[in-house]
Amino acid sequence: MGERTLRGKTAIAGVGETKYYKHGKSPDPEFKLALMAILSACEDAGINPRDIDGFSSYSNDRNEPPRLAAAFGCRELRFSNMQWGGGGGGGAAAIANAAAAVATGMADCVVAYRSLAQGQFARFGRSAGAKTVTGEMSLSVPYGAMTPAQRYSMKAMRFMHEHGIKQEALRAIALASYHHAQKNPGAVMHGRPLDEAKYDASRWIAEPHHLYDCCQENDGAAAVIVVSAERAKDMRQKPAFLLGAAAGGPYRAAAAAANTPDFGSSHFTTVAPHLYDMAKVTPKDVDVVQCYENFTGGVLMSLVEHGLFKAEEANDVLKLPNLTAETGKLPLNTSGGNLAECYMHGLELHTEAVRQLRGTSFNQVKDAEVALVVAGPMVTPVSTSIYGSEAALG
Amino acid sequence: MTARSSYLPEGLPIPVPEADGLSAPHWAGLRQNTLRIQCCKKCSTWQWGPEWICHACHSFEIDWKTVEPSGTIYSWTRVWHPTHTVLNDRGPYIVVVVELPHAGSVRVIGNLLGDAQQPVTIGAKVVGVFEQHDGTEPAYALLHWKVAD
Repeated sequence: MGERTLRGKTAIAGVGETKYYKHGKSPDPEFKLALMAILSACEDAGINPRDIDGFSSYSNDRNEPPRLAAAFGCRELRFSNMQWGGGGGGGAAAIANAAAAVATGMADCVVAYRSLAQGQFARFGRSAGAKTVTGEMSLSVPYGAMTPAQRYSMKAMRFMHEHGIKQEALRAIALASYHHAQKNPGAVMHGRPLDEAKYDASRWIAEPHHLYDCCQENDGAAAVIVVSAERAKDMRQKPAFLLGAAAGGPYRAAAAAANTPDFGSSHFTTVAPHLYDMAKVTPKDVDVVQCYENFTGGVLMSLVEHGLFKAEEANDVLKLPNLTAETGKLPLNTSGGNLAECYMHGLELHTEAVRQLRGTSFNQVKDAEVALVVAGPMVTPVSTSIYGSEAALG
Repeated sequence: MTARSSYLPEGLPIPVPEADGLSAPHWAGLRQNTLRIQCCKKCSTWQWGPEWICHACHSFEIDWKTVEPSGTIYSWTRVWHPTHTVLNDRGPYIVVVVELPHAGSVRVIGNLLGDAQQPVTIGAKVVGVFEQHDGTEPAYALLHWKVAD
């Protein structure tokens, strides 16, 4: 058997998005949003939607591949895939699973997609109002730890305690997303800038997270088209080659009731090394980072666990000038991310990474060749991926 | 000691055992003002949350041991934003992760009683306070914490 790797085998050849809305504001139903985003990605790639032969998603997306394939009149369906568990932590994995199918010949053209209409269905940030609770949730919900903000804040609190990290470090992460959103006309927070005073004055959601440390809830859909690297080179767009991908979590990461042995963690301690091994790059090679902000504490821990800086350096590195596309040595969330562009469950981070490698971002990082995209931290399984230009492929 | 009234208002989801009964001994124990945590009969490894198998030796022979409800604060958050209707007028409250030294340092989640605006210190010693909910259907109990004197 040759080297087992996805490196350079596939590429994203097209990206598509709907307009992004505040939650409950989409005029279109969720399934239609999925259709629109996928059509947009096909148009971008220059392919016939009937040539899609695989669909891949995550977080129990309600818009199932068989219905999509029938709706588009796809000639055949060969790959129908759901990353199991981890919610938004599965974003990179959904694309990696699509790539694995293409690389192994199980399918030729797979779309990874996510569609959300939280007005049509339940919101993430509200308790569902059930009379009883059971299983893992019964060990936290009756104590008022029922939503992700409440549960994950305690992980960030522990990490910040262990490493002496200040509130200003989280603030810088929020400021970076809002900074970049001001140049992205499609960002939900475009025209609504954030500064230090406004952040400091904002209400707490769950300490250590202020309002602006927490992701939005939005309606919309996004999609990316994955094909073989050879095919991508002959297509309309400059390919974003998948250099590496990894998913999962460390030892007993999912132990219930805060019994994850390494509790103050984003859960990338074992996953990120697999990513870099496959991608054959080091943290120093990363030109631009898209890192899923469910909460800024998760971003803090993800960046550390991806080796971009040490925890003890966080207070110095996490300052706005270091994080912007214009001046930063660590350009972060250059479309505005989950905080300020759209909480498209992190799939919008992949479309932005592709734009960076094409050179077409609203906040273009000069000569971006290697882009890191980190999916939702602190869950299990998490996932993460690295894309590169043809030059990075070597 | 037993709290006189509930820390969070009635109306939050009531904890009940799974259909397969996995966590039933824990909830029954709290109703009797005891904290019961899983411990493997074969290798003595403590385990929480509950599972059907010991993660250390894969024995299915798992005991429920009564544990002294005292420990240290491992992490915490002060929740300000209400995410359930009954919490709308509650104001802030504190959730703590408590490490239990008498149970192999497994952790449990609870509330920290007292002033919701009190400073919280990771590593502080805390003791358990059982909170009985006799009037609900079904009745249930929770285990909260207060800073040790």
